[in-house]
Amino acid sequence: MSEGLYSMEAKDFDKTLDFTKIKPYGDTMNDGKVQLSFTLPVPCGAEAVEAAKQLLRKMGFDNPSVVYYKELTPGFTFFNCYGSCTHTVDYSTIYVPKVESNTMDMYETDEYIKENLGRKIVIVGASTGTDAHTVGIDAIMNMKGYAGHYGLERYEMIEAYNLGSQVPNEEFIAKGLELHADALIISQTVTQKDVHIQNLTNFIELMEAEGLRDKMICCCGGARITHELAKELGFDAGFGMNTYADDVASFVVQEMVKRGMK
Amino acid sequence: MQRSKLGLDFEKVEYARGLAKGIAEDVQSFVEQYTTVAVERTLCRLMGIDGVDENQVPLPNVVVEALKDKGVLSEGALFFIANAMIQTGLKPQEIAEKVAAGELDITQVVTRDQRQIAAALQPVIDESMTRIRNRRARREHYLDTIGEGPKPYLYIIVATGNIYEDVVQAQAGARQGADVIAVIRTTGQSLLDYVPYGATTEGFGGTFATQENFRIMRKALDEVGEEQGRYIRLCNYCSGLCMPEIAIMGAFEGLDVMLNDALYGILFRDINMQRTLVDQYMSRIINGFAGVIINTGEDNYLTTADAVEAAHTVLASDLINEQLALMAGLPEEQMGLGHAFEMDPMLENGFLMELAQAQMTREIFPKATLKYMPPTKFMTGNIFRGHIQDALFNMIGIWTHQGIQLLGMPTEAIHTPFMSDRYLSIENAKYIFNNMKSIGEEMEFVEGGICRNRAKEVLGNTIKLLEEITKEGLFTALEKGIFGDVKRPKNGGKGLEGVTMKGDNYLNPFVELMKGKR
Repeated sequence: MSEGLYSMEAKDFDKTLDFTKIKPYGDTMNDGKVQLSFTLPVPCGAEAVEAAKQLLRKMGFDNPSVVYYKELTPGFTFFNCYGSCTHTVDYSTIYVPKVESNTMDMYETDEYIKENLGRKIVIVGASTGTDAHTVGIDAIMNMKGYAGHYGLERYEMIEAYNLGSQVPNEEFIAKGLELHADALIISQTVTQKDVHIQNLTNFIELMEAEGLRDKMICCCGGARITHELAKELGFDAGFGMNTYADDVASFVVQEMVKRGMK
Repeated sequence: MQRSKLGLDFEKVEYARGLAKGIAEDVQSFVEQYTTVAVERTLCRLMGIDGVDENQVPLPNVVVEALKDKGVLSEGALFFIANAMIQTGLKPQEIAEKVAAGELDITQVVTRDQRQIAAALQPVIDESMTRIRNRRARREHYLDTIGEGPKPYLYIIVATGNIYEDVVQAQAGARQGADVIAVIRTTGQSLLDYVPYGATTEGFGGTFATQENFRIMRKALDEVGEEQGRYIRLCNYCSGLCMPEIAIMGAFEGLDVMLNDALYGILFRDINMQRTLVDQYMSRIINGFAGVIINTGEDNYLTTADAVEAAHTVLASDLINEQLALMAGLPEEQMGLGHAFEMDPMLENGFLMELAQAQMTREIFPKATLKYMPPTKFMTGNIFRGHIQDALFNMIGIWTHQGIQLLGMPTEAIHTPFMSDRYLSIENAKYIFNNMKSIGEEMEFVEGGICRNRAKEVLGNTIKLLEEITKEGLFTALEKGIFGDVKRPKNGGKGLEGVTMKGDNYLNPFVELMKGKR
């Protein structure tokens, strides 16, 4: 299965780092080493292993090796594999749109609001549509916050309303109007079959149909949300993995100032 | 008196249990005065009413809505069905069909006296009771012949949205060693005030709970169970707005485990507390009679509240849930009281606190089939660390003799499990359960050490909380956000319009029959 601890593979490739042609790193520059695991819908056996190797080659891996395989149930075989990636990526020309605001902590944000807006701002949040999970919206809004980042409810200058989960978009918008929201924030946890895309699109369509889109700042967040996706769907910002209440609050207040919202 | 490895003061435990009993009795005195649309639909199903009308509305809904529209729901479905049976000579199913077709108004039939009503209902009641008894006997026969896996039972979920795909995943899981297969429900089903009908192949993040889907999965698990020589339990969700209806469907189709917790619905699905506590009573009576293990949802408190600070809310809720279950005639062995391994993995000695709490829960509920939930809140997408977190969780599961080990998946927080994720998780659990099998019998907890102190602290805080709830009642406590930091008003949430006070003619003989004649 393995040649032992020491790799005997020849390393006759260029070992200089070149940002226009980067590839994965195992233990030597440009070795291209990747580990991956997957299941094929075939019975266990030599043919299955060969199928996995052929697939790896088609995926662009040299020296494909199947280091472990196991039949999960008749007709399905699981593989752990390694290979050397032949593809490269030009890192030097990559551009990724990001939320363009400076992240401030809670105290700085409260100060910023006092100085620049001179009133408490209102943020209304929910997990809308059929999504029953409150974990995302709670992490951003609950007093306690998440991972040491205080939630919006704790901000002195923010009136935060967490409407919970499974809130229909119509109801969410109506509540936002009633509370004179400056910003509406939506969390989406369930993303099977892209249900979050449909729901977020529906929200923006409703906002536009009601002529409210420009009157409130709209953000969405969740583990599978990126800023790029959010912008594409018509939101002002999207908050994905490793973003917290500070990021959301900082963006909202700076965007309000930028737009001259008073 | 049992010996506590943690040095727990069992007198304090009994005091806490007494407080919980008082709180539960207070709830029970409220519950017994009311019925709900879901309870009445359940009684329709117990009368053998099933199927849908031309608009796909389930016939139990058609009948109950007809009573509600006429403002006579308080008298209960059985009263009107019985009178209609006597007058028309038709079976309940035929009556329901006529109501659906607009050919019969069951509120306009001649009313008979109690004796005549009882006589008319008796054969139908007997038929339903026999049906449930036979289902239960079938499970017991399997357990006597092919047997079951050792505890903790390995519990995995399937969630493809398509019942036929679920079958493939479930059978694969059973072959890998799973003892309990839970078919996750589609997102949002808990808020439907009806149960969809027939086999379904579309769902988001899960599969519709329907009677036909129950039947399909039961058959698949019996097949794989016979093949593997081990009975495979089927789990679904007896929660939301159709609690007792799902219970009766499960009782008819041979489900073994049901999530069944009003407090969970109140806090995390915003279901009205009056509605769901009334529904819960009937559903637990059915589950108790059908031999179904209920799972309670206390573990969820720790997904919104902090697992270290809020540990006592879990124990307090377990104690209240135990008393509410006993009042519904559900035996302790069928109580899958919930708790969880949800502390921040970066916490120093967090494992010891988790261990102490799991051991404490085991000692306080010695007969219960405790349900132990894996880490979810601090699963990050780092599947490699996640697999280790699950391993630590599994060590505590075997160490403290949990009843049902809900297996964590390394890919938690990323996607619903792949077939291979389940394999890795089952392998993880089986390795640890075998390799550390008797650790609980070999290890003692140091006097004055972290574990003993932690258990003492949690029990002490639990008593304080129960004393507080005793003063104001459970409803007020829920309004104040005592569990999971979530506040719910007594008259808020979904489903309150389906609650009504029982009238003079109201009858539900199943309550006594199921609670008494086990």
